[in-house]
Amino acid sequence: MEWVNAVLQGTLLGGLYALFAAGLSLIFGVMRLVNIAHGDLIVLAAYLGLTIAVGLGIHPLLALAIVVPVMAALGYALQRGILNRTMGDDILPPLLVTFGLSVIIQNALLMGFSADPQKLQAGDLETASLTAGGLTIGVLPFLMFATSVAVIGGLQWMFYHTALGRAFRATSDRQDVAQLMGLNRAHVFGLAMALSLAVTGIAGVFLGIRTSFDPSIGGSRLIFGFEAVIIGGLGNLWGTLAGGVIIGIAQAVGGQIHPSLQLLAGHIVFLVILAVRPRGLFPKMEG
Amino acid sequence: MPDPVLSLSDLDARYGDFQALYGVTAHVEPGEVVAMIGANGAGKTTLMRSIAGLIRNAPEAIRWKGQAIGRLRADQVAALGIALVPEGRLLFPSLSVEENLVIGGQLKRPGPWNLSRVYDLFPILQERRNQQSTSLSGGQQQMVAIGRALMSNPELILMDEISLGLAPVIIKQIYEALPGIVGQGMSAIIVEQDIAKALSVSARVYCLQEGRISLEGRSDSVSRDAISRAYFGM
Repeated sequence: MEWVNAVLQGTLLGGLYALFAAGLSLIFGVMRLVNIAHGDLIVLAAYLGLTIAVGLGIHPLLALAIVVPVMAALGYALQRGILNRTMGDDILPPLLVTFGLSVIIQNALLMGFSADPQKLQAGDLETASLTAGGLTIGVLPFLMFATSVAVIGGLQWMFYHTALGRAFRATSDRQDVAQLMGLNRAHVFGLAMALSLAVTGIAGVFLGIRTSFDPSIGGSRLIFGFEAVIIGGLGNLWGTLAGGVIIGIAQAVGGQIHPSLQLLAGHIVFLVILAVRPRGLFPKMEG
Repeated sequence: MPDPVLSLSDLDARYGDFQALYGVTAHVEPGEVVAMIGANGAGKTTLMRSIAGLIRNAPEAIRWKGQAIGRLRADQVAALGIALVPEGRLLFPSLSVEENLVIGGQLKRPGPWNLSRVYDLFPILQERRNQQSTSLSGGQQQMVAIGRALMSNPELILMDEISLGLAPVIIKQIYEALPGIVGQGMSAIIVEQDIAKALSVSARVYCLQEGRISLEGRSDSVSRDAISRAYFGM
C-alpha cells in the first residue's frame, strides 16, 4: 500500500512539474526558443501572487485572475521588446539573452523581497484531504494535477482547433512562408510567449502554495521542467505531462526507498530515458 | 496604356552578401500575365521573393499601384494583395490540406476565391482535404500551393516554377486551370523553365540573365533567336 501511495503522490506531483514544463514546451514547439529564464519567471509569478494576495487580502488562487493576465502581458512585451531581436538561425543568442534575464530576475527579486523564504497562504486548502480505500489524497495536489491536465488539454485543443493554433503550427513549420500568409512572425511569437507565461503564472502560484520559495530556486524548477519536456519528446504537450508524471513518480518512489534518494531518483530516470530514447518517449506526433 | 499595378525600377537585390539582381526594371499591367524566363541562377526566384517581401529592398525599387513597397515585410505585402506560390511548393507539413488552404485565406481579403471555389478548381483536393499535406503527390501538393495563394484573393499572383518536378500530364492539367484563375482581372507573373509553355500563357515576356533583364517583348511576337540570345547571352 505504501508503494501504491508513493506512485499516486508522485503522479500528482508530476502534474506540477508538467505545469512548470508546459510553457517551455509550447515556446520550444513554436519558435525553437529555449528559455533559460523560465524557472525564474515561475518564481517571479509566485512573488507577484504573494504581492497581490497580501496586498489585496485575497486568497492566492483568486490572485490568479490578476497574475495570469499580467504574466501574459509581460510575455508579449518581453518577446516583442527583447527576444525577437535574438531570433535567427543561430540558437546561441536567445540562450545567452535568457540566461542574462535569469540573472536579472533573480537579483531584482532579491532586492525587492530579500532572500527570506516566503509562502502563499492558502488556508484550509493546504491540509484538506480525501480518503478512499486506505489512500489519502491531498486536495491541493489533486487540484494542481487537475489544473495541469486542463491546461495541457486546453493548449492541445487550441493548437489543433483554432486559428491561433494553426498560425502557431504554420510558423513553426516554415517561418518565411507563414509570413507570406500574412502572419507577422514577431506578433505570432509574442502571442506564443504570452501564452507560455500565462501558464507560468499558474505554475508559480501553485508552487508558492505548495512550498516556500525564495529568489534563488528558479534553477531547480527549470531542471524539472526541462526533464519533463525532454522525456516527453520536444514540443509534444501530452508527452510533457507524461514526462512530468514520470519524474514525479520516480521522486516519490525514490523517496520511499530512502529519503535521500528523492531528487536523485528523478534525475537518474531522466538520464536513463535520455540514453535509451534520445528523442524522448513521444517524439512530436500529430494530435 | 493603363497605369501598371506593379512596377520595378532599378531593383538591386542581394541574397546575403551576393548581389543577385542588377537594376531590374519591369512592370505588370492590371489583369496582365507576364512570363519571367531565364536560366538557373539568373535571379528569377530572388526577384519573386523580393516582390513578395521576403527579401528587403530599397523602398522605391518596388511600387504597388504607386505605393513604394520595397521595404515592407512579407505579411504587409500579402495584405496588399500580392501572393506568392513559392518554388518547391513549401506547404506546411503539420497542417492538413484544408488547413493549408484556410491559412492562405486568413487575411480575409474580399474576393471571389474561397474554399469551395478552390475545390471546384481542383476537385481532388476536396477528397484529400483531411490528409497531411505531405502525403499528397507532387502535383496535388502544387495544387494546394496554388489554392493557398488564391485563398488570399490576390490582385497579383506570383508563380515560381509551378511545373518543377511534375509529370507532363500533371503540368498540362495545372496549366489548363490557369485561364480560370487569371481570367478574372488578376495579374500574374509566371516563372517557368519551359519557354514554350511560358509564352503560350502570357501576354508579355521578360528574360533574366545573370541578374539583368536581357529581353522584353510580346509573347506572341518575340523570336526564338532573340530568346536564345537573351537566355544564354550568345
